Amino acid sequence: MSADTQGQQHPLGLYFKVWGLLFVLSAMSYMVDYLQFQGLLRWSLILIFMFLKAGLILSVFMHFAWEPVTLRVALLVPTLAIPIFIAFMAVEGNYTLSSRLQFLAG
Amino acid sequence: MTELNSGPKGYWQHMVVDWSADKEAFKVNWGKVMMWVFLVSDTFIFSLFLIGYMNVRISASEPWPLTSEVFALAVGGEHIPLLLIAIMTFILITSSGTMAMAVNTAYQGNKKATFWLMVATAVLGASFVGMQAFEWTKLIVEEGVRPWGNPMGAAQFGSTFFMITGFHGLHVTGGVIYLTIVATKVKLGHYDKKGYQIVEITGLYWHFVDLVWVFIFAFFYLW
Repeated sequence: MSADTQGQQHPLGLYFKVWGLLFVLSAMSYMVDYLQFQGLLRWSLILIFMFLKAGLILSVFMHFAWEPVTLRVALLVPTLAIPIFIAFMAVEGNYTLSSRLQFLAG
Repeated sequence: MTELNSGPKGYWQHMVVDWSADKEAFKVNWGKVMMWVFLVSDTFIFSLFLIGYMNVRISASEPWPLTSEVFALAVGGEHIPLLLIAIMTFILITSSGTMAMAVNTAYQGNKKATFWLMVATAVLGASFVGMQAFEWTKLIVEEGVRPWGNPMGAAQFGSTFFMITGFHGLHVTGGVIYLTIVATKVKLGHYDKKGYQIVEITGLYWHFVDLVWVFIFAFFYLW
């Protein structure tokens, strides 16, 4: 019962800092499009800002950083399947495109 | 075995002790664990949509419509790229902030502040859905985008757009209803005896909706 009545409590100042950071990061990812960065620079900046924002929301706003390690591992391990599936479907997509270009071009 | 008396040390010992304790492994509120399990499954659903989108975009032989131009908004005769999407992003982040504060005030026992912060979160969420409705209308009526085709390029653009943003919009709508119900129950004092974990659990769902938008914004609108 004691564990049940204890909730996640953190100083408001931390939330305000993260809130501000999320605004700045969102503005920066918007600037990537506004300034029309292209190619590798565009994609790497989009991914960096995306992962920073997602990490802040997950770890601070969702209190993931303060949860017991057993829960954190149990929740994170299944998601490892996602990058594997991304890789599979990227290979598959490239194959489909090359087949289309080869057989539909003429 | 003497180590057990001194308490677990480090990640691995904590995990071994938790899993072999012959009782619940996760020593946190069960409702919270259930919400986390649901959110992991929801993560997979959104991942499948985004991976499906990646696959059809890679394999499309027609050019992909330029999102920067498709989602531009004319303000005073000037086209500003992605303006509405940027406003929607800021609204969702603001609502995440008010939600985080609601969780904080709930544990302090401040029911009035919790109620109004959750109402503010729900209102921001509702305005997000309203802007999305405006965006869809503009896209369907003015740009002629349909799930099976559009005048700008690859047909898959419409199907993936309506599928991904539609499913996310449903999540926001559901969240607004969820927030309204929990806020009302907080105000009525239904959790006075049970404790206010429910506000943190509702917050988890709401932050997750914001988290998904971060990925949609990056992969669909900016990429």
